[in-house]
Amino acid sequence: MPFLEIRDIVKKFDKQVALNNINAKVQKGELVCILGPSGCGKTTLLRIIAGLETAQSGQVIIDGQDVTFLPAAKRNFGIVFQSYALFPNMTVMGNILFGLQQKKGLARKEMRAEAENALRLVDLLDHKNKYPRQLSGGMQQRTALARAIALSPTFLLLDEPLSALDAKVRQKLRSEIRSIQKTLGITTIMVTHDQEEALTMSDRIIVMNNAVVEQIGTPQEVYSRPATPFVANFIGTMNFYQSGGEICAIRPENIRVANQFCAHDVSAHIRTLEFKGSMTRVYGTLPDMSEICMDIASEAVSRLQLSEKGTVFLRMPQESLIKYADVAV
Amino acid sequence: MKNRVRQWCSGFRWGQFLVLAFCLLALSTVLVLPLFALFSKAFLNKADMFVGIDNYIKYFKTPALSTSVLNTIDIAFWSTLFSVVLGFLYAFALTRTHIKGKAVFKYMAMIPIFTPTVIHALGLVYMFGNQGILTRAGLFPFELYGRLGIIISEVIFTFPQAFLLFFVALEFSDGRLYEAADSMGASPLRKLFRITLPEMKYTLINAVFVCFTLAFTDFGAPKVIGGSFSVLATDIYKQVAGQFNFNMGAVVGTLLLIPAVMSFIVDRLVSSRNASAVNARSTKLVVGKSVPRDILCFSFCMLVTLFLLFMVAMLFVGGLTEGYPYNLSLTLNNFLFNQSTGGIDSFFNSLKMALASAGFGTAFVFIYAYMMEKASGFNGLRKYGRLLSVLPLALPGMVIGISFIFFFNSPTNPLNFIYGTLAILVVSNILHYFSVPFFTANGCLKKLDKEFEGIAESMGVPRLKTFLWVSVPLSLPAIMEIFMYFFVNAMVTVSAVVFLYSADFKIAAIAITHMEEAGSFGQAAAMSLLILLINVVVRVLYEAGMAIFRHRANRKESTV
Repeated sequence: MPFLEIRDIVKKFDKQVALNNINAKVQKGELVCILGPSGCGKTTLLRIIAGLETAQSGQVIIDGQDVTFLPAAKRNFGIVFQSYALFPNMTVMGNILFGLQQKKGLARKEMRAEAENALRLVDLLDHKNKYPRQLSGGMQQRTALARAIALSPTFLLLDEPLSALDAKVRQKLRSEIRSIQKTLGITTIMVTHDQEEALTMSDRIIVMNNAVVEQIGTPQEVYSRPATPFVANFIGTMNFYQSGGEICAIRPENIRVANQFCAHDVSAHIRTLEFKGSMTRVYGTLPDMSEICMDIASEAVSRLQLSEKGTVFLRMPQESLIKYADVAV
Repeated sequence: MKNRVRQWCSGFRWGQFLVLAFCLLALSTVLVLPLFALFSKAFLNKADMFVGIDNYIKYFKTPALSTSVLNTIDIAFWSTLFSVVLGFLYAFALTRTHIKGKAVFKYMAMIPIFTPTVIHALGLVYMFGNQGILTRAGLFPFELYGRLGIIISEVIFTFPQAFLLFFVALEFSDGRLYEAADSMGASPLRKLFRITLPEMKYTLINAVFVCFTLAFTDFGAPKVIGGSFSVLATDIYKQVAGQFNFNMGAVVGTLLLIPAVMSFIVDRLVSSRNASAVNARSTKLVVGKSVPRDILCFSFCMLVTLFLLFMVAMLFVGGLTEGYPYNLSLTLNNFLFNQSTGGIDSFFNSLKMALASAGFGTAFVFIYAYMMEKASGFNGLRKYGRLLSVLPLALPGMVIGISFIFFFNSPTNPLNFIYGTLAILVVSNILHYFSVPFFTANGCLKKLDKEFEGIAESMGVPRLKTFLWVSVPLSLPAIMEIFMYFFVNAMVTVSAVVFLYSADFKIAAIAITHMEEAGSFGQAAAMSLLILLINVVVRVLYEAGMAIFRHRANRKESTV
C-alpha cells in the first residue's frame, strides 16, 4: 500500500485550471520530486497535499486515511518553503520551539532537547541564539529544515527549497538534504523546476506540465525513456528529427560520431564546436536542414579531425532511439 | 456523500469564519445601514411619507438655503486653488532643491494636522480679526469674518494634505528621465513642463479632489469664522440641531456627499492607473545646483513656516495673557475653564474619547485588514470586505454624524442604547477615519511572508497564536502609526461628533467653539494649546517608539 495517494485531483482558480485530474502514489521512505516548468501546477499540488489548499474534486489519502478535508494541522507533516518563512522576530531556537510548544505533554526541558536534536542534525547548534537575518542563505535554509523536522512529522514537503541559493551552496545542500532524509527515512515530496536537482536527489520523479502529469518514474527512466516529447525536451537535451514518417529522438551523448561513412550513417554539416571541458558539444545541420547536437569526449575532436564547416557522419544506435507519433513541445 | 459533508464541516475554518463575519457585519452595520437611513429620510416628509424629490425642489426654491451651495463651491474652489499651488511649491522645495532644514520644514507643514480647523480659525481671529495683531498694525484692511476667513482657514487645513501627496510623488520619481532630458540639453523650465508636471498629473488630480472635498465639507472653520456666510456644513447643522428639520438635513447631507463620492471614484481610477510609474530599475533623482532657485524656495518655505508658527504663537499669546489685546500680563487663569462652556472636563472627555477610538479602532482595523489579507479561502466575503473598507473615504464627517442620528436614534433600533454615550462617538470616529489605517495595515501585512500562516499551521500552531506572536510583533510600526492617526484625528474632529455628543459629555474641540461663541477667546486659545500639546506629545511618543523598534531590528540584523 502506498504511503500517500493522490486520486483524480482537480483544482481551478477562477477559470484557469491549475490541476487537471492528477493521480500519483508515493511509497513510504521515498523522496519524490514534482518537476515541471513554472505555472505547471506543481506548487498547487504540494499545497493540496499539505492541506493549505483544497481541491475542487479528488482525494488525498495518507497512510490509508482519506485526508481530503483534514486541516493542515492534523496531517502531521513538516514543510519548507522557497522563502523559508522563518519568523524574523524569533531566534533560530525560538523558530523551532514555536511549533514544539504546541505539542501536548512535553516538558520545557524535553522541548529544548528535541529542538537541539533537530539543530544538531542540520549542524546549526552553535547558531541557535541568532536571528534569521544574521544567518547566510544556506543557514536559513537549514534552519527551516530543522524547524520542519523538529516535530518528527510522518512526511516532509519541500517547496523549491534550494532555488533561492547560489549554485555552490545549492549543490552542497542537495546532498545534505538527501542524507538527512535517508537518515530519518522520512517520506519526502519536493517541488522543483530544476531538472538536475530532481535527477540527483530523487527516488522517483513526477514530471508535470500544463496542469497534467506527463510521466512518473525513476530518474533513469524519465531520462532514458521519456514518455512524451515534453519530458524528453524538458529533462536534459534531446534531438528530434524526422525519419521515414516517424519522429525520432536521441540524446546528444548517444550519437556516435565518425569521420568516415558507414552504411545507415547520416551525414551532418558542423556549424560550431563548443568546448565544455571534458566534453565538447558539436552543433550541426542534417541534410533536411534540421538541427542536431552531439556530445563527444574532447580528446576525440582532434582524433576525428573535426572542424567548423566540416562534415561528419552520425550513427544512431537503435537502443537509444525513442520514437514519438508527433512532436508537440 | 453524507460522510463527505461531515468531513467538509470538520475541515471548515470556523474560527476564521466567525471573526471575518463579525468584522464585516460590524462595518456594514455602522456604514451601510446609517447611509440607507440618511437617503430614505431625504425622500420622506416630516410625517415619514414618501414625497419623492419634493424636499430637493423645496431646498433649491428656498434662496436662503440654495445660496449655500454656491457659497460652498466658491470657497472650496479658491481654497483648493491656493492649497494645491502652495502644497506643490512647498513639496518641490523640499525634494528638488538643496535648501537647509528640510526635516524642520516638513514637520512645520504638519502643524495644521495636529489642530482642528476651529483652532486655525481662532488663530486667524487673533491675527486678522477686528482686534487682531495685524489688523491693529494696519496690515490687514479686510473683513476676516465670512468668505475670506473661511478660505484662509481651509487653505491652512488642506495645505498639509496637498503637500504630502506632492511630497511622496516628487520624492519617488524616476531620475533616468531627467538624465535623458539633460543629455538632450533640455532647459529647466522645459523639464518642469515636460517631465515633472506630466509625472504629477495623477497626483495633481488627486490633490485637487482631496482638497476640494475637505474644504467643501468642513464644519469647524465656517462655524467659528464664517459669520453670516452660510455653507452646506453649517446649514446641515442649523437644520438638524437648530430647527429639528431632519428631512432637510438629510437633503443637505446627500448634497455634501457629491464631491466626496466623485473624489472617491477619481481616486480609485487614478490609483489603479498610477500603479507602476516607478520600478526597481528607476534611479534616484540627482538634484542639480542652482543658487537662485534655492534662495527662492528657502524664502518661500520660511514664509509658510513663519505664518504657521505665527498662528500657533498667537494661540500662546491669547491663551497665556489676561485679556488680549487690552491686558497682556501673563496668567494661567485661562486654563480655569468655565463650566458652562465645557470646562476642563471637556479636555479629559476628548482624551478618553481619543484613547478609546485609537485603542478599539487600531484593534478593529488591524484584525479587519488581517482577515482581508491572511484568511484562507472565503474569497467572496473578502472581496466584499475590501469594497467596504474603502467606502468611508467618501464619507464626510457631517454625513456620518447625521446618518448616525437617523440610524441609532430610531427607537426601533436595538442598538439605540449607545445613542448619547461615549460609545457612539468612538464608533463614529473609527468609521470616519477607517480607510487610511486600513491601507496602512493592509500594506504592512502584504509585506509579511505569505507562508508564515502555512508554516504555523503545519506545526499545529493555532491561528490566534501565530497572529499574536508573529503578525502583530512584525507589524508594530504600522500599529503604532494607526494608533497615532486615530488618536490625533479623534482629538481634533468636530464634524461627526457635533451631532452625537451629549450635554454631559462635551469634548474639547466643540468646547472651543462654545467658548468662542461666549466670547471667552482666552479660554478657547488655552484649550487649543492643550489639544496641540497632547497631539505633539503623542507624536513624540510615536517617534520614540519607532526609534526603539528600529534599534531592535538593527540589532537582530547585525552579525554577532
